This record gives sequence, C-alpha cells and structure tokens, in this order.
Amino acid sequence: MRRFSRIVSTTSIIAVAITGLGLASATVSAAGTSKSDIEKGQEIAFSRKKGNCLACHKIKGGKLPGNIAPPLVAMQQRFPDKAKLRAQIFDSTVASPNSIMPPFGRHKIISGKEIDLVTEFIYQL
Amino acid sequence: MKVSKIKKTLLALTAAGVLGGAASNAVATTPEDDLQNFREYFYKKFPGVPLNEYGNGVYGIDQASRQTWEAIEEFPPYEIDLEKGEELFNTPFANGKTYASCFKNGGIGIRQNFPFYSKEHKQVKTLEQVINECRTRNGEKALGWKKGDIAAISAYMAYTSRGKAIHIKTPTTADEISWYERGRKHFYAKRGQLNMSCANCHQDNAGNYIRADILSPALGHVSHFPVYRAKWGSMGTMHRRYGGCNKQVRALPFPAQSDEYKALEYFHSYMSNGIEVNGPGSRK
Repeated sequence: MRRFSRIVSTTSIIAVAITGLGLASATVSAAGTSKSDIEKGQEIAFSRKKGNCLACHKIKGGKLPGNIAPPLVAMQQRFPDKAKLRAQIFDSTVASPNSIMPPFGRHKIISGKEIDLVTEFIYQL
Repeated sequence: MKVSKIKKTLLALTAAGVLGGAASNAVATTPEDDLQNFREYFYKKFPGVPLNEYGNGVYGIDQASRQTWEAIEEFPPYEIDLEKGEELFNTPFANGKTYASCFKNGGIGIRQNFPFYSKEHKQVKTLEQVINECRTRNGEKALGWKKGDIAAISAYMAYTSRGKAIHIKTPTTADEISWYERGRKHFYAKRGQLNMSCANCHQDNAGNYIRADILSPALGHVSHFPVYRAKWGSMGTMHRRYGGCNKQVRALPFPAQSDEYKALEYFHSYMSNGIEVNGPGSRK
C-alpha cells in the first residue's frame, strides 16, 4: 500500500514535470490564461484516478455525473476570488468539517500544480 | 443578488451538514437513542419506505434498479453456493460431529442473533467466527474468512433464517458499550486518503448518485449478507465488503474478523434491528 502511494507520487511528480515543460510553450490568451491550462485541468478533473470530480459534480462536457455535490456552474459568481476556489479544492473540510469532498491538497491526492490547473478549469465553468 | 442567495443557501446547507455530523457524533446518547435517530433519519430521507424494505438496499429505494435486480433474483447467482453451503453444513467432521452441534437450534434459523456479545469470552462474536471455532474445536482446520466455503455455509445459515427479524440485544454492560462505541466510531470517523466516513456515503448521501451508481442506505445493509456481488463474481462475507469499502477510500483495510470489523458489524447490525434477514443477497 505504502509502496503503491510512493509509485503514485513519483508518477505525479513526473507528470507535473512534463506538464511544466508543456506550459512554457503554451500560448497565453488576453486573460492571461493559456487554453492548454484549462484543457489540462479538465483532464485531471475528469480522470478517475486524479480529481474524479464527476463522481459527485455535474460538469459541462462530462458524462454520467453524480449528484452528491452541486453542479459546477457559474463558478466565477460563486467564487469571485479564485484563491478561495483553490482553497476549497485544496481542503474543503476547512470550510465544512464533515464535507465528503476529499481534501485534494492536504492529503496530497493530486499535486499543488495539478490543483492550480484544476482551479483554472473549474473557474471558467 | 442571485449570487448572495446561492451563497446563503450553501452556507445554510453547510451549517446543517456540520450540525448533523456533530449531532450523530455526540457521545451522550444511548444505543437505543442511536437506533431511534438512525431509523428516523432514513424515514425522513425516504418518506413512505417501510423499515423492512431497507433490507433490499438500493432496490428498496429506487424502482428502476429494482426491476433489474428482481429479474436477476429469478435465477439467483448465489444458488450454487447455497447448495454447497447446505451440503457442507450437513457433512460430519472427521470426529462424526456436525456444525449443528455448535449452535442453538442446530444452527437453523438463528442468523438474526449474530453478531452477539459473549459474556463467557468477553468479546463480540460473529457467525463466521463461531463457524470456524466449531471447526477447530472439532479438530478441523479453520476456513479463510472472506469467501469460499465459509461464505457458502454462512449463506445457507442465513437462508434458513429468512424472514426472522434481526435481533441484536441492546448493549448495556460497560464492555458491550465499549465494543458498540468502537463500531460506531468506525462508522462515523473519516478515514483514508479520500477522507470519507462510512456515514458520508451510506447515511448523508444515501440515495444519491456517485457517478452512475446509487449509494445504499446503511440501514438494512447487514440483512442480506453474505452476498453474491457481480463485481466479485463470487460470494463474500460482510468483512470482505468492509475491506473493499476501506480500500475504496484509500485506507488500509483491517483484517477480516479483526476486533475493529467485529465492532463495526455489531454496531451496523444493531442499527438494523427489526429488519428481516433476507440473505444471501445479490448485488452489483
């Protein structure tokens, strides 16, 4: 089990390194966010092994979403401050201790860089 | 304006969730209070669903999945194991004795009384545990805990008890309470990398979809074990399922028949008192 998590974290470090390299060459839009960030964020969000956000949230572009948690719509109105959205993904139990949402950052389920990318994706929904 | 309304609703929901969590974790309740609150929680969530229907899990609360399940139950996938279990149950050990010698009423129609607290051995005993104790006491090797012969024997014993209401005696002594509390804590404690408690899914979100699957209510869970799961392609005991649940939230599972799982089964079963045994069951 422990060895498995080490493999997982090594893999994610490599993934982040690759992601990082990709970012350098991505085109940046007027809003300051490259399209590829959002696409990468979506990939992480939809991956069952990473964010698996569709297990609980309805998200545009995702199939067979769960209904445990609110649909991810109008995110900029709900979270005008992007940092607050990121904090919610990082550890939702800070705001509500019994939240079923996994603390993605606190429990290192995905890396900090991956949380950044997921935040970019969710923020524009 | 709309935004602040959404926010207020969210805040209210969050507060309710937190209070709900705190209330169910409060210490100053007796097992009888817990049982009452547990049932009422589900009665409120699924109005009109009678207590006994909870023994059917998701199929007791969702009509669409019930139809598929009823079709499967016409040729139950557990039938072969059931026959095997009956044969094993009736086959004498090398010393000539049978399983019947280890149980009240010859082991027939008694599933509803398990698990129970044994005053003599100062511990909770599960049906599978007593099956294996019966074997070793009669000079036979213990069986593996999670599947195979033990699940088949347990399935047969459940089958002979169908229709009998689960009857776990209310924990009253200090030791009984301490086993019960350990189980209750396991049920409500968040665990694993995904930080989820049993209650997060099977109480707070029972009836909701997790991706394309409906989460079953914890009330009535134990009535249909052991169970044939399509996912396993075989029969499994309650503790096999507990291990799977713990793994799904990325926690290290406890061993089958560990005190931790025995305590959980004790709490879990007490919460289902009054629901008829309908095991073995078939599930996705």
